[in-house]
Amino acid sequence: MTAVLSVEDLSVHFGPARPVDRVSFHVNPRETLAIVGESGSGKSLTALSMMGLLPRNAKVSGRVLIQTPQGPADMLGLPEKRRRLLRGKQIAMVFQEPMTSLNPVHSIGHQIEEVLIAHENLDRAARRTRVLELMNLVRIPDAARRIDDYPHQLSGGMRQRVMIAMAVACRPRILIADEATTALDVTIQAQILQLLDNLRRELDVAVVLITHDLGVVSQWADRVVVMYAGLHVEQATPAQLFGDPLHPYSYGLLRASPRSDAGLTYRDAPLAEIPGSIASARGEVGCPFRPRCPAAREVCGTVQPPPIQHRGDRLVACHFPGILTQEERHVAAYA
Amino acid sequence: MAHSKSVPRQIWRIVIHAIPTVLGIVVLNFLLLKLAPGDAADVIAAEAGSATEETMAALRRSMGLDLSVLEQLKTYLLNLVQLDLGHSPRYAMPVLDLIMQRLPGTLLLMGTALGVAILLGIALGAIMSSFAGRIPDRVLSILSLLFYSIPGFWIGLMLILLFSVKLGWLPSGGSGTIGSSLTGWDALIDKARYMILPALSLALFYVAIYARLTRAAMLEIRNQDYVRTARAKGLSPLRITLSHILRNALIPVTTMAGMHFGNMLGGAVVVETVFSWPGLGRLAFEAVMARDFNVLLGILLLSSLVVIVVNGLIDLLQARLDPRIGAK
Repeated sequence: MTAVLSVEDLSVHFGPARPVDRVSFHVNPRETLAIVGESGSGKSLTALSMMGLLPRNAKVSGRVLIQTPQGPADMLGLPEKRRRLLRGKQIAMVFQEPMTSLNPVHSIGHQIEEVLIAHENLDRAARRTRVLELMNLVRIPDAARRIDDYPHQLSGGMRQRVMIAMAVACRPRILIADEATTALDVTIQAQILQLLDNLRRELDVAVVLITHDLGVVSQWADRVVVMYAGLHVEQATPAQLFGDPLHPYSYGLLRASPRSDAGLTYRDAPLAEIPGSIASARGEVGCPFRPRCPAAREVCGTVQPPPIQHRGDRLVACHFPGILTQEERHVAAYA
Repeated sequence: MAHSKSVPRQIWRIVIHAIPTVLGIVVLNFLLLKLAPGDAADVIAAEAGSATEETMAALRRSMGLDLSVLEQLKTYLLNLVQLDLGHSPRYAMPVLDLIMQRLPGTLLLMGTALGVAILLGIALGAIMSSFAGRIPDRVLSILSLLFYSIPGFWIGLMLILLFSVKLGWLPSGGSGTIGSSLTGWDALIDKARYMILPALSLALFYVAIYARLTRAAMLEIRNQDYVRTARAKGLSPLRITLSHILRNALIPVTTMAGMHFGNMLGGAVVVETVFSWPGLGRLAFEAVMARDFNVLLGILLLSSLVVIVVNGLIDLLQARLDPRIGAK
């Protein structure tokens, strides 16, 4: 199975800061890959790099290979003119804020139509038909009446559906959803995620879910990439990650997220947290998680652990993979 | 379109609002002008150089100036309802005819100047924002600062010096070749030749304002989320700039332009004088000097009407530009 997208050694620099540091992963056809991490972990910048949409002052290195009918294309190496043809056509993105991500002065039908104008050779009537089809596809009720509405006349969930319709208008191979449900309330959130999952199967599109919500990850993702301070620290399936987190950061993240029995667990004890705050992305020696890691040893301060294969298909960037999970089991066994 | 249905209603609302506004303007202007010392009889008497008390009283009686202020206001308002703006003792003709002689020329000059200013300003602003911080932006910024700070009459004089005196390309004043019997295209071209210089000297100041405003608005809008969305869709840079950035930047620019139209109507005295353009601004100025209050009141009333109409049009335009405004 060839990956539809592979990110190889991606780094993003802003002056001396390196908010994304040698990140590599790939996306398989029709899978849902989740990228998780806290604010400042570099997950959104990674997504923008995949779209070739980084701000001008960012310096970027590495490769983002996108599988196209004409063979693989490197989003980072191509001239802007060629990149533009990939965006919206091969790889598309849905953003966090449906309120501000649509232009208030154009009708939603027109904004969906623009993608078709940019990438497909259709006449006016054909485009309108396609727009209506797309609006039906993303389950916007009464599409024919809604097509000339303006964004302010729509609810947040509907606007996000419009964003998704725009993203899938040209049947891309990859759809990136950058915190696409964070700004919505919980019931709408579930509907939108369900919609994305349906589209993934109907349209044969791979979905990259960028999120900090581990609940979303466990329910929808096929594989998870955990990022910390710009580094790719762990990669596993949700079952592996939730059952047996290898990186101390993943372990901390899981401990810190409230479960369904949160009321019982935290009635008498405070919510578990990872002490400290995310380290500055400035290139220091050693493991960037070391200051906050309860299992840090001397070697962690001198050598930055590279991501290594662990137990077959998993990846982890830690000198002592699984150490906290094992300790917890020991404690549980002796208790 | 959801918002186009309400256009007649919006026009109706503008008209309803206009009536008390106009009435207020007339009454206030009338009373304010009555506070000014001297009247038309004084000026005529002074110019004649030999007026007796009796002739002055007769003059006042003939112009209705011997009545009380409230009586005069009542007469004025009653006449106004019949679209009679009174009589100018100075020009010895009805005020309405006098204004109607000047109004088309003024509106033409203002409209042209403002049109040029808006088009040029937006174009320059768009270029400046596209090259923000680089050489073209720097050069245009300095240029617009110059336009902004140099007084219009000086620009006018320099334009006359260059294009009329040195090069001899364009006439230095007036509003058309006197005694010419041109028709059709030739008449239009003749008119345009006379209008270029005054329109340009009026426009340059506003070009600077619109250029800076457009630049600032576009730079701000360029960072909006929906522009990032447009880029993520793979649209061409030209389409993004025109359809997503400039389109949204037009909203503050049109608001400003609407306000400036009123400013221009009254504030063009200097440029009209430099180019001896027979406009309303000069008529108003002469009316003040001659205490010809009927003419002045008429001009103020008409200007306020024009401003109200233009503001109404701007409101309609804004509702078209920004669907959030029209729909309530």
